[in-house]
Amino acid sequence: MSVMKRLSMIFKSKANKALDKMEDPRETLDYSYQRQLELLQKVRRGVADVATSRKRVELQINQIQQQSNKLEDQGRKALSVGREDLAREALSRRSALQTQIADLQVQHNNLQGEEEKLTLASQRLQTKVDSFRHRKETIKATYTAAEAQTRINEAFSGISEEMGDVGLAIQRAEDKTAQMQARAGAIDELLASGALDDFSGQRGDDIQAELDRMGGGHDVELELARMKAELGQGPAPRDAIESGPQNQQQAAPQQAPTQHTQQYRQPGEGL
Amino acid sequence: MIVRIMGEGQVQIAEGDIDVLNALDTELEAAIETDDETEFRSKLHALLDKVRQLGKPLPDDALEPSELILPPSDASIDEVRGMLGDSGLIPG
Repeated sequence: MSVMKRLSMIFKSKANKALDKMEDPRETLDYSYQRQLELLQKVRRGVADVATSRKRVELQINQIQQQSNKLEDQGRKALSVGREDLAREALSRRSALQTQIADLQVQHNNLQGEEEKLTLASQRLQTKVDSFRHRKETIKATYTAAEAQTRINEAFSGISEEMGDVGLAIQRAEDKTAQMQARAGAIDELLASGALDDFSGQRGDDIQAELDRMGGGHDVELELARMKAELGQGPAPRDAIESGPQNQQQAAPQQAPTQHTQQYRQPGEGL
Repeated sequence: MIVRIMGEGQVQIAEGDIDVLNALDTELEAAIETDDETEFRSKLHALLDKVRQLGKPLPDDALEPSELILPPSDASIDEVRGMLGDSGLIPG
């Protein structure tokens, strides 16, 4: 059983080395207790770190979801004014965002797993530290060289093993936390530099701009038609005249009495 | 015999069950030597599952040294090699 045995031997030799360094076993116990308290602190910080990272990823998911919803709206709007190409573009950008959300979701799940593991490690360590404190005091109180040494050795091997185990769990969790934070940071930077905005904000806005432009172009046409009618060059399109004052509404319930004044006011604006 | 699965805790294994674990452990070692991550993963999980299945968990506040220690279930082949290479498992 080489893998199991080798790992165990490494633990034992480390425990003995640590024990040999200490002259008074009681000091060893106090030192060991101190180390455990430090570890406990570290685990708690780790839990907080992971939770923070998780919340950040949640926030990013929400932001991107919002952008994705916006693109969907734009796609619908584009379609409603007959611009299928624009709608297709908006939807394809939206699907890129959805991929991103799926990636972040994976990260989020990983973080959640780490958080649970770390919380468990923290609880286990807390129990160990408490129980060790009692044992330490008992051993110290009943200390006689030969008898206590044996018991201390046993206790110390068990503690070292537990510390090594928890220490390793913390180290791995911290590595993963750092990785996640780096990734979250990278996404932040990309958003700030505008690289990610290519998918979302900025480009999304050019879709909006085109929609606006189209709205504007439509108005221009109406305006032109209305002016032509005014100059007697063509028949006045009904809805064009009616929409004059509002610039956007096609079937505004404005009727003849107001048309007269508009005809004098509007050309100036049109130019 | 007390066996520790790192990150999970300790279990008590009957002496008569050790041979089964021995066989699985040998396969695991072979997988590490051939540097086959997929093989390593399946052997590690087989061994850990067997330990969990045969073992009786020790209470959390037990302070017994384990006779055998196993890597965590999500450890990579490199990580395990690092542990075996004695790169500071125990803090301090």
